[in-house]
Amino acid sequence: MGGYGLYVWGSYGVTLILLGGEVIMLLKRKRDLSRRATSPQLETRNPKLETL
Amino acid sequence: MSQKTINWYKYAAPANFYVLAGKMIPWFTAITIILFAVGLYMGFFLAPRWGGDQKESYHIIFIHVPAAWMGMFLYVLMAIYAGIGWAFNARLASMMATAISTTGAIFTFISLVTGSLWGRPAWGVWWVWDARMTSTLILLFLYIGFISLQSSIDDPRRADRAGAVLALVGLINVPIIYFSVKWWNSLHQGATITAKGYQMVPSQLAAMLILLAACWMYSIAVVLARVRYIIREREREAPWLAEAAA
Repeated sequence: MGGYGLYVWGSYGVTLILLGGEVIMLLKRKRDLSRRATSPQLETRNPKLETL
Repeated sequence: MSQKTINWYKYAAPANFYVLAGKMIPWFTAITIILFAVGLYMGFFLAPRWGGDQKESYHIIFIHVPAAWMGMFLYVLMAIYAGIGWAFNARLASMMATAISTTGAIFTFISLVTGSLWGRPAWGVWWVWDARMTSTLILLFLYIGFISLQSSIDDPRRADRAGAVLALVGLINVPIIYFSVKWWNSLHQGATITAKGYQMVPSQLAAMLILLAACWMYSIAVVLARVRYIIREREREAPWLAEAAA
C-alpha cells in the first residue's frame, strides 16, 4: 500500500469489526430471545432491550 | 382472465411482516456477500491507481463514500418510518425506525473513522472542525440521541412518538451535510458524483457503486433481522407469535 497500509487496512479493519460486531450482537439477541421463549421464567419484560 | 395481485397492505401487520422478513433475510445476506466480494476485488485489483496525489490511500474511498451515503440515506429512511408510525399510528413503521437507527449510527461512525484515517495522509490532520465533518458528527449525535431517547422511555409507543419528533427535526441536518462543501469553504473535497458527471475512472466508480449496493443489501438484511426481534419482544403476548415459532 506504498506506506499507507495503516490507514487503508485500518479503515477496512474498523469497518469489518463494526459490521461483524453488529451481526454478532444480532445473533446473540436471537439466542437470548429463543432462550426466553423456551424458559418463560427468564422473561425480563424490559422494553429497553429493543435498542440494539 | 384473472389477475393475481399482491395485497401489500397486509404486510403492514407485524404478524405478516415477521414471516415475510424471515424469508427475505437469507437472500439479502447472500447478495451482500457476493457484492462485497465483487466490489472489493474490483476496487483493489481491477481499478487503476488514482491519478492525483492521493496514492494508495485512495483505496479508502471504496468504503468511506458508501458508508457516508448510507449514514445519510438511513437517517432519511428512519425519519420517514418514524413519521409514518407517528402520523398513522402504524406500529410496524415505528419498529422499522428503531431497527434502522443502530445500523445508521454504525455507518455514520464508520464514515467518520475512515474519513479521519484518510484525512491524516491526505491533509496531515486526523480531524478539523469544518462543515462536512462537523455536520456528519452531528448526524451521529442525532442517531445516538434517537437511540438513547427511545431507550429511556419504558412505554414503547411513547418512545416511538418521542423518537419521531427528534428524527423529523434532525432531518434538516441531511441537506446541510450534502451541501456543506458548496456552502462553506471546506478542507473536504467536493462531491465525487454530481449531476454533471463524476471525478473517477469508470472502473473505480463501478467498484464504489457495487460496494454501495453491498452496504444497502447488508443494511436491509440486518434491519429485517432486528425488526423481527423487536416484533418478538413487543408482541410476545400475541397468540400468532407462538404459532409462527411452532
